[in-house]
Amino acid sequence: MSDYNFAYLDEQTKRMIRRAILKALAIPGYQVPFASREMPMPYGWGTGGVQVSAACLTPGDTFKVIDQGADDTTNAVSIRKFFEKTAGVATTEETARASIIQTRHRIPEEPLTEDQILVYQVPIPEPLRFLEPSEVETRKMHSLEEYGLMHVKLYEDISQHGAIATAYAYPVKVEGRYVMDPSPIPKFDNPKLRMAAIQLFGAGREQRIYALPPYCEVVSLDFEDHPFEATRADHDCDLCGASDSYLDEVIMDDAGGRMFVCSDTDYCRSRRAAGHVGAQGAPYEEGRP
Amino acid sequence: MEALALQGGFSDASVEAALAFRAVMRAMARPGTVEHVAGAVPPAPLSAAAGVVMLTLCDPGTPVHLAGEADCAAVRDWITFHTGAPLVGRERAAFAVGTWPDLLPLEGYPMGLAEYPDRSATLIVELNVLEARGARLTGPGIAREVALSLPETVAFQANAARYPLGLDFVLTCGDRLAALPRTTRVEAN
Repeated sequence: MSDYNFAYLDEQTKRMIRRAILKALAIPGYQVPFASREMPMPYGWGTGGVQVSAACLTPGDTFKVIDQGADDTTNAVSIRKFFEKTAGVATTEETARASIIQTRHRIPEEPLTEDQILVYQVPIPEPLRFLEPSEVETRKMHSLEEYGLMHVKLYEDISQHGAIATAYAYPVKVEGRYVMDPSPIPKFDNPKLRMAAIQLFGAGREQRIYALPPYCEVVSLDFEDHPFEATRADHDCDLCGASDSYLDEVIMDDAGGRMFVCSDTDYCRSRRAAGHVGAQGAPYEEGRP
Repeated sequence: MEALALQGGFSDASVEAALAFRAVMRAMARPGTVEHVAGAVPPAPLSAAAGVVMLTLCDPGTPVHLAGEADCAAVRDWITFHTGAPLVGRERAAFAVGTWPDLLPLEGYPMGLAEYPDRSATLIVELNVLEARGARLTGPGIAREVALSLPETVAFQANAARYPLGLDFVLTCGDRLAALPRTTRVEAN
């Protein structure tokens, strides 16, 4: 650990990121440009989230990383090990015990508290990017509050599919001003965006940081006759029986066998530890997956 | 430069700056919350909290404006030695520090641009009193409402009316600080 400055980044870089975070909190939903650094992992592996986490970590923190809800995927494990090594912080897989949670594409099922910070890894921070490729134009559209194009996109969804087909990275409007991409979380998670914890979003390749302060007003875009709907697979978790969590569909064999399991592994584990058993689940034993 | 200017910085920069930043971030994310900070001993008339904020956030990339009594040789030397921040007039400032009367009028500071509202100044306001009573605050970061002793309300209302442009404030008193981003709606009580 002594080979690195605390939390890997040098102090000048951390100051620059910290100033960007403060402005991001002062202008919720606005993407603050920052001088993103090369990190010892490829773009697309969470370099933005890692830089934001590095700027926020203190030695007393307990750090958790999830990738699509799971604590045990390659991305989550390697980022957790990165900060164990460079910051010497404690790590955990339990949502309630973590003070900082870095996440890729999910919000934990368990409600977060005022003492927690949720750091998102963001691939494309600009919600208008796939509608307008020019950064000059999208920046102008944000400054003029010109979001008609986004509503046209959602309307085209309805005219083609009969419903708003956008299932993830569902655009939201923050405090009645900025349209924001909540990162590719399933729209099931959108209602949780108004929460007690501080939410920070880091996009490394695109060099943007944005934020949502606690209890910030976050509204998913919709139409009066096609209101926003948070959807999930119409099933219970096959391991823990949860009917309120977001589910992954897992293909089991070549014969069409499949099961639905909680995408939030810690939520599923804690429910099984509490004695809940799903349709295909076995009773929980400590230490066994 | 006096030898005094060389003292009073962080003794363990990466850890003390991390703890201080977390306090400033909590304050900015939850307007009205009063946080304690430690680690800096700046020369008078700067408060310890103002010193901590400057050591945590200022560097050669952030022009600093010293307003009124804060613009003295001891403070100038201390900030130059510990942060390397250039000292400038209010129209170029990324950070400004001083008492509320010394910082006024607010019109002279960078308010941000329509396409880059983040390019605005952060004012560190030195107060004699900082407590959870007085003006009523509502807005992002506040569950219902909180109270905070502000030096006045009209200037903060005018600042919030410019949203998304505007200034952000860190209010300091001794070793304590609170923050008031441009999004906070302020009403006199």
